[in-house]
Amino acid sequence: MSAAAHSVVEPSTTSKRVAATLVIVYAVVSMIPLFWIFATSFKTPPDSIAYPPKVVFTPSIEGYCNLFTTRTRQTAEYINSLPPATSFCDETTRKRNMVIAGPSNFLPRFLNSIVIAFGSTFLAVFLGTLAAYGFSRFKVPLADDLLFFILSTRFMPPIAVAIPIYLMYREIGLSDTALGMILLYTAVNVSLAVWLLKGFIDEIPREYEEAAMIDGYTRLQAFWRVVLPQATTGIAATAIFCLIFAWNEYAFAALLTSGTAQTAPPFIPTIIGEGGQDWPAVAAGTTIFLVPILVFTILLRKQLLRGITFGAVRK
Amino acid sequence: MAEIRVQNLRKEFGSFIAVQDSNFVVEDGEFFVMLGPSGCGKTTTLRMIAGLELPTGGQILLDGEDVTMLRARERDIAFVFQLFALYPHMNVRKNIGFPLLAQGMPKAEIRQRVEETAKLLRIDHLLDRPVSGLAGGDRQRVALGRAIVRRPKCFLMDEPLGTLDSEFRDVMVHELRELHNRIRATTVYVTHDQLEAMSMADKIAVMNQGFIEQFGTPKEIYDRPASMFVADFIGSPPMNFLKFESGLRRGTKEIVVQGATVSVPEICEDFSSAEFALGVRPEHIRFDDASKLRGAIYGTEYLGTTQIVAVETAGGMVKARVPAEIQLRTGEPVGLAFNAVRVSLFERQSGRAVRTGLHEGAAHG
Repeated sequence: MSAAAHSVVEPSTTSKRVAATLVIVYAVVSMIPLFWIFATSFKTPPDSIAYPPKVVFTPSIEGYCNLFTTRTRQTAEYINSLPPATSFCDETTRKRNMVIAGPSNFLPRFLNSIVIAFGSTFLAVFLGTLAAYGFSRFKVPLADDLLFFILSTRFMPPIAVAIPIYLMYREIGLSDTALGMILLYTAVNVSLAVWLLKGFIDEIPREYEEAAMIDGYTRLQAFWRVVLPQATTGIAATAIFCLIFAWNEYAFAALLTSGTAQTAPPFIPTIIGEGGQDWPAVAAGTTIFLVPILVFTILLRKQLLRGITFGAVRK
Repeated sequence: MAEIRVQNLRKEFGSFIAVQDSNFVVEDGEFFVMLGPSGCGKTTTLRMIAGLELPTGGQILLDGEDVTMLRARERDIAFVFQLFALYPHMNVRKNIGFPLLAQGMPKAEIRQRVEETAKLLRIDHLLDRPVSGLAGGDRQRVALGRAIVRRPKCFLMDEPLGTLDSEFRDVMVHELRELHNRIRATTVYVTHDQLEAMSMADKIAVMNQGFIEQFGTPKEIYDRPASMFVADFIGSPPMNFLKFESGLRRGTKEIVVQGATVSVPEICEDFSSAEFALGVRPEHIRFDDASKLRGAIYGTEYLGTTQIVAVETAGGMVKARVPAEIQLRTGEPVGLAFNAVRVSLFERQSGRAVRTGLHEGAAHG
């Protein structure tokens, strides 16, 4: 093909192929650890530490059994004296000379994560939307300085303030409480939410609200009925960013929670200590931990994509 | 329906004065157009009448009631935006019914009113369509529907035809005027397009830099422009100006321009020596070989029944509208004669029209 026929808009077949190859390679590299965790969660403990590592193995749900239970080591005589095993988990546990002593803390920790992550996401997005609307539509005195101040809370890694927060929380009794964690994550996320959402709301022409206000609605009604429905894309994208942060946050959770309000991230590594190096149980915990964010992201992937590329193309 | 009275209305944005002490009355049932170039303050005035901006000073009376500081929703007015502002997440039916919903009207009644309105605008077949897929003209009709469904005291329209292509604009100009004739609602219409203004308005206010330069019927504004700005802004091509310097005396009917004596309507004020301009519309110019005012043909623009002829004179280019049959050659010398009774005079420093027989008995701004 001659150079003259080369299109300037449409990428050439070669460059498309190169791009596709790069994307595939990147995707595979990123997904190997995830795949390895997923595979490990279905291995038996001996398989999980086999050398060389086993890629082909007989799947087992022993890891999941161990994740949800606590077990105690017993003598063979005692185990033989028990009535026959009633479930698969029971049976596997006995094969390892142990019996199930009760449920583990995984489920309550997982529920803590859900309450704290979704709670703080809701709060951050709620406050962020109102603040962003205010900054976008009203003459706020020192608006630019305020926005800069809000952004400045992200100049340092949040963990830099861990010690003061730890001391403050201990003083006012917010240590190891779900409320404390929700407030903390909200505080970190709200700056992101305000900035992201302000961009989205700025893009919604004021005429819509003005039309609604002339049509007989109050500003709040106009906001609710006309602005919010058009901001859903931005709200969804912001919510995902906030949720991913709150869901994955480890450092504050490890520092500030230990018991009732502990979230899944600091809990999962502790599984390894219970009864030897139980990698399958850790992997099972991680796998389950990934599910909510995976579902949420898949449900909102269109909005997320628009959120990321937002502003790249002007209509 | 209502009368709108605007008194000494003023709006400042920081140190910028957008509207300066405007005064006008839109009578009940009148189609009133605010015309002017962009940035002249016409939209700001409209938004103040709507309650979307609060004035820095002055008063707005709607049917005698002072609404200057009332919220938009308390004024019972409807507004048609330049970009229509149709709610993109609602279909046509919901868009038109939205103002009724605010009044807490029962669903069945909303449905009925929306359908009546849609029929009036011939968009009843589109009611369940999303607004995003509609053509420009249909969007316009939906926006109008949303305005008239509530039967408000008056309509405010901000360049509603600005985004339509020219062919469609003519159709909508006609439709809008027809709709107005049918429902006789007091309407304030903002545009920068003189043709729209001339063809629709009962009254026009020509605005410039926050001032109302002239207020009157389209005919008054065209025939008796109150200022050089108005004369220049209205008409295509605009009025020709021929500069001259002299004093003016009350009662004279002649002036001297470029060495030629030209008849004008009787001058009604005295002026000491100053710079003036004689204003003459292209259609009031004839070619007359006997005239002392000379020029040479520069070029012609053929328009079918007429032609626009550019003539180069000692005082600059003059455009004349003459019958298309006249044969002219570029460079040919011609004499120019004016229809004396239609000529305007302006004082150049202020741009203001000199009071002459042209204005006798005429309202002017």
